[in-house]
Amino acid sequence: MTDIKLHGFWYSPFTLRVKWTLKLKGIPYENIEEDRYNKSAQLLQYNPVYKRTPVLVHDGKPLCESMIIVEYIDEIWPQNPLLPTHSYHKALARFWVKYADDTFSAVASLVRSSNGEEQEKAIEKIWEHLKVVEDQCFGDGKNVFGGDTINIVDIAFGPLITLLVVLEDALGVKILDDEKFPHLHSWYNNFKDVPIIKENLPDQDKMVAFIKVFREKLIASS
Amino acid sequence: MADEVVLLDFWPSPFGMRIRITLAEKGIKYEYKEEDLRNKSPLLLQSNPVHKKIPVLIHNGKPICESLIAVQYIEDVWSNRNPLLPSDPYHRAQARFWADYVDKKVYDLGRKIWTSKGEEQEAAKKEFVEALKLLEEQLGDKTYFGGDNFGFVDIALVPFYTWFKAYETFGNFNIESECPKFIAWVKRCLQKESVSKSLPDPHKVYEFVVEIRKRIGIE
Repeated sequence: MTDIKLHGFWYSPFTLRVKWTLKLKGIPYENIEEDRYNKSAQLLQYNPVYKRTPVLVHDGKPLCESMIIVEYIDEIWPQNPLLPTHSYHKALARFWVKYADDTFSAVASLVRSSNGEEQEKAIEKIWEHLKVVEDQCFGDGKNVFGGDTINIVDIAFGPLITLLVVLEDALGVKILDDEKFPHLHSWYNNFKDVPIIKENLPDQDKMVAFIKVFREKLIASS
Repeated sequence: MADEVVLLDFWPSPFGMRIRITLAEKGIKYEYKEEDLRNKSPLLLQSNPVHKKIPVLIHNGKPICESLIAVQYIEDVWSNRNPLLPSDPYHRAQARFWADYVDKKVYDLGRKIWTSKGEEQEAAKKEFVEALKLLEEQLGDKTYFGGDNFGFVDIALVPFYTWFKAYETFGNFNIESECPKFIAWVKRCLQKESVSKSLPDPHKVYEFVVEIRKRIGIE
């Protein structure tokens, strides 16, 4: 009997990537909610390098870094596969997964922004990234995001866009502009309605409230 | 039909070196194209429209960008020769973790060392040595990060050795005295032809960094 534990934060987009992967593949696991201001001794032991979530513990063996965890799960539980089998498509998928990770640092700047100027700069940076995705990932013959089936690029970007929608609400700004990013907007609208995703999205109001408090604490401490 | 493999590269790039080593390990013939980064070729711009950076591996006309992704691609396609990643999924995940750690730490910290001064430089040096020490711990008593066999993490990391003379000179410190096991591992890697033939002379890299510093106005 396989023993799987996920150490994470309910609000974290990185934890969400792993959670969605486990749910999509129907893999039972124990969720261990960590407190970022008081991390468990176990977590620090499992992830001594970065001391952060998510950490997946499979039969006592820890794995760290969300997309490394996702690829690991995909290799061991092949049902509802996330990575393409074709070598070139696999390489392309990994490229866009990395791009999603690179985009997060722009999102982090927005979360930390303490004034209008910083906020504007951060949004510009995010827009630059979203434009690249809009231009390069959609259109004739491009199958980067999953169509009818969820793939690894959907998993990589999904929580990022979810967080942007929360930030729009929390900050009163428009980021995922459907005029600027029609394909991305349309993709996300479909994606968030896929039953397994819909059932496992953190509550929007709870997230907005959380982000506001989180930002206050961050800004106060900087 | 013969495979056509092209590598768009820039000789001092540690990222390019990773792909060179991998192609050599697998015995793959390829065409090396040196890019002038101040005058990038149309082929480069077309092959990597997102980042416009080297290295780019082009296999039968199809470009693969990002060095570690290209290394894994080569491993996938030429899987019957010299496996570079462990076969066990858990060990494979560990290898990816450490290669990713190298990506997150070594290049940026190294760059800070040769571009900054004073407190900023001291902080970068300290973090850099800590990172190498952590990697030494990970290596333990193994011959390579891959165990008995040279592998993915070794490939991800060893190219940065060619920049050590530059880091040491501009940072005014000695890496071997801080991390002797690390340098011992480098020397083992350099005994492999796939590595020694793919890496430039550290002295040449140092001279290149001297030029860049002049160009960007660091004295």
